[in-house]
Amino acid sequence: MSTQLIQGYEVVIGFETHAQLATQSKIFSRASTAFGAEPNTQASAVDLALPGTLPVMNREAVACAIKLGLALGSHIAPESIFARKNYFYPDLPKGYQISQFEIPVVQGGEVSFFLGEEKKTVRLVRAHLEEDAGKSLHEEFHGMSGIDLNRAGTPLLEIVTEPDMRGSEEAVAYAKALHQIVTWIGICDGNMQEGSFRCDANVSVRKPGAPLGTRREIKNLNSFRNMQQAIDYEIRWQIEQLEDGHKIQQATVLFNPDTGETRAMRTKEDAADYRYFPDPDLPPLRIAASWIDEVKAAMPELPRAMAARFVAQYGLPEYDATTLTQSRAMAAYFEQAAQACGQAKLASNWIMGEISRRLNAEEIGMEAVKVTSSQLATLISRIQDGTISNNAARQVFEALWNGEATEVDAIIEAKGLKQMNDSGALEKIIDEVIAANPANVEQYRAGKDKAFNALVGQVMKASKGKANPQQVNELLKAKLA
Amino acid sequence: MNNNTDLHDLGVAQLAAALRAKQVSAVEAAQHFLARAKAHQGLAAYLAIDEDVTLAQARAQDAALATGQAAPLAGLPIAHKDVFVTRDFPTTAASKMLAGYRSPFDATVVARLAQAGCVTLGKLSCDEFAMGASNEKAAIAALGLDAPQPAHNPWNPRHVPGGSSGGSAVAVAARLAPAATGTDTGGSIRQPASFCGITGIKPTYGRASRYGMIAFASSLDQAGPMARSAEDCALLLSQICGPDPERDATSLDHPAEDFTRGLQGSIAGLRIGVPAEFFSDGLQDDVRTAVEAALKEYEKLGARLVPISLPRTALSVPVYYILAPAEASSNLSRFDGVRYGHRAEKYSDLLDMYKKTRAEGFGDEVKRRIMIGTYVLSEGYYDAYYLQAQKIRRMIADDFQAAFQQCDLIAGPVAPSVAPQLGAQTDPVSSYLADIYTLPASLAGLPGMSVPAGFGGAGLPVGLQLIGNHFQEGRLLNAAHQLQLATDHHLRRPEGF
Repeated sequence: MSTQLIQGYEVVIGFETHAQLATQSKIFSRASTAFGAEPNTQASAVDLALPGTLPVMNREAVACAIKLGLALGSHIAPESIFARKNYFYPDLPKGYQISQFEIPVVQGGEVSFFLGEEKKTVRLVRAHLEEDAGKSLHEEFHGMSGIDLNRAGTPLLEIVTEPDMRGSEEAVAYAKALHQIVTWIGICDGNMQEGSFRCDANVSVRKPGAPLGTRREIKNLNSFRNMQQAIDYEIRWQIEQLEDGHKIQQATVLFNPDTGETRAMRTKEDAADYRYFPDPDLPPLRIAASWIDEVKAAMPELPRAMAARFVAQYGLPEYDATTLTQSRAMAAYFEQAAQACGQAKLASNWIMGEISRRLNAEEIGMEAVKVTSSQLATLISRIQDGTISNNAARQVFEALWNGEATEVDAIIEAKGLKQMNDSGALEKIIDEVIAANPANVEQYRAGKDKAFNALVGQVMKASKGKANPQQVNELLKAKLA
Repeated sequence: MNNNTDLHDLGVAQLAAALRAKQVSAVEAAQHFLARAKAHQGLAAYLAIDEDVTLAQARAQDAALATGQAAPLAGLPIAHKDVFVTRDFPTTAASKMLAGYRSPFDATVVARLAQAGCVTLGKLSCDEFAMGASNEKAAIAALGLDAPQPAHNPWNPRHVPGGSSGGSAVAVAARLAPAATGTDTGGSIRQPASFCGITGIKPTYGRASRYGMIAFASSLDQAGPMARSAEDCALLLSQICGPDPERDATSLDHPAEDFTRGLQGSIAGLRIGVPAEFFSDGLQDDVRTAVEAALKEYEKLGARLVPISLPRTALSVPVYYILAPAEASSNLSRFDGVRYGHRAEKYSDLLDMYKKTRAEGFGDEVKRRIMIGTYVLSEGYYDAYYLQAQKIRRMIADDFQAAFQQCDLIAGPVAPSVAPQLGAQTDPVSSYLADIYTLPASLAGLPGMSVPAGFGGAGLPVGLQLIGNHFQEGRLLNAAHQLQLATDHHLRRPEGF
């Protein structure tokens, strides 16, 4: 393995990611999981931990765990155990969190992705089901704290990797790859701002060949940009400490995006004894092979398999295939357009170019794309059959995007963008241009290519852009020969 | 109504029949028992009543009875142990922590009995959070009283009624209710039933929903009926049991059953296992005599006594007093003063609020168990205590399965002695040791019951314990009913009631 050293240190990173599961209701109650409701309006008696309430497992959340396990090639435990993690905090209503400790539902597996040209694989330790806590709100309450228990009991999968990553770029690439998978298989909406996909990075550094260094855990990295910044800062900080002769203390740190620094929240000495024990309210979670088969049958084609298929079926370069399979919406758009126009590479170029550029500029996703795949397919067909030039196609696209009209042919007609394919008319124009520009003709014949281009430009101009440039080239060359 | 018979002498079966025959109305029955509850406030059995609520329920049942579309127990008054949450009555678990607490929903057991036509008379005293075996740990003042005090044994008010379902046993024994619900974690139905001379049964773990039962030790807690006869218990248990998969994940997918159907069957040839370990030195002579007499009675009825061994009986005490506190320490964490229940008035910060709230809200026995439980779950001790106890728990269950190869049910004493005097038990360990005969069945999740077997010292009742294999409640009730057809211990009434 090629390892990049920083000031002679090797960086070691492992991830713990909390993916909020896109279930209708909570993991152990039937309250809704929708985000953004008025505080405490989506907390049932179970979520409030009223006396006498008991948890009942939401099968939908288990199906999410099975999907993740299938997507990552993990072992799906036929029997896993829920455990209680005991600690007091006002937004933890029961005084314990129901989680999985000794026997998690998803065991092993891996996430593969490209870092530039290099293929990387990060091994998973496990993914376990657990419930989220509520939120403590410390502002706006004049010295008191507010508690919102809407989030309490929201299902989470905590996805834990081996310390396989060797740099911040690789770590971010892993996080993006995992994000792609959980959103692709539809178990998580992936909204990092709303906390649906929360990453904690365990970072340590060591001299090559030395045992693992002491790690510090960076909590709640809520954007990919923060993630890289935070890890880079943490790496520099740890190396500095070691170079100055200090030891690293195991700690949990928070990243402050305003200062760009990490700051320790608590050290290992403050670490609580959570007194884990199997939750007697929940029998072992049993997953029959038939349930796994059922989920498998309903699973979408996974991104890596789809990318490979795009290369084989459509002859796309690997780069295109990988880019187009960043989301299911984009992949589906590509396939529809490619099949409709029969020009896969052109469709890919349009999607990765014009469409991506506009989506990014308008900060919208593929779901909100303003030109349909069939419109794009028609547009590409019109370029292919010589009806319009590439330049004209951009104008048509612009009109489609802005909603000026919906029919490609109607736009071509209305804007008069049809290429001049009548060679008689074109020859007439060329003759006129040759007659009017003797100097350029002379220079061309003297071997100056630039002069030829100037003539082409004149012809295009005279045709008001409707001439087919290729045809112009051919005819002009013939006439000047 | 026959004037010679007081309404409160009728059992569940008789009263339900009288209600159906319209010999008595649900309102009359409710009023009669409410009047008795108030007249005998000194027993400290009831923590709360609400006449308006009770009478409204009774009127609804009378209306149903008038249509002829009534539920099987229409109009039958019943009272609930205060660990079952109720929408229409306060629920405290006899703890200051929950003084004045109102649940927005009814426990499944309460709801099922209401569905069957029962009318709720009120809530009954118990040891705080069901932790105790004497009712002396009740920390809420009973109906009409100024300060907390235990319910009194109606056979001798200087003696405890047992616990934790002490209020339930007293209410039934003193005819302040025809029947009551109880909960049993390590003997909390069987032992007070024994001490008060009534009949009580704890079903197989998982047959009665735990939803709405304030949790003490989740892997052990079970609800059950307490009444005067096995037949009455059978009628109520038939309504209580049944799957509740939407609310309680430990509820078993085992169909409800009419437990009255098998009551009349002959027990000739029944093999009754008698565990040697239940008759060791600690057993008081008066209890031994009464229990042996009951076993003789069974022989007369054609049953065969089979000597058996439950070798780990003594281990059940340390195992239980590790596992139950471990679960309790976690179950009671929700009582933190944040959302409901008691919160200390003055505190300096969050930690101080937790500490003061819990120090003020919980009584000594509850604190003791929270501390034991926290300790046995702590890093470094978990394997030695909690895990080890779980292993032995499994062995205890295996011992029962071996025994049931030789017998159909197991019989023995419920407790080593009759009800002790109030205030006599000061050492927690010696009172824990007195749970030795009820704990094994609890740890094994088996159904167990207490049947009146006679009387011992100071004229106090003695109960015979019957333990069955999983789902053998019907067999237990059949055996108990046959004994009650042949004996009259269960018909005796404490003087003055």
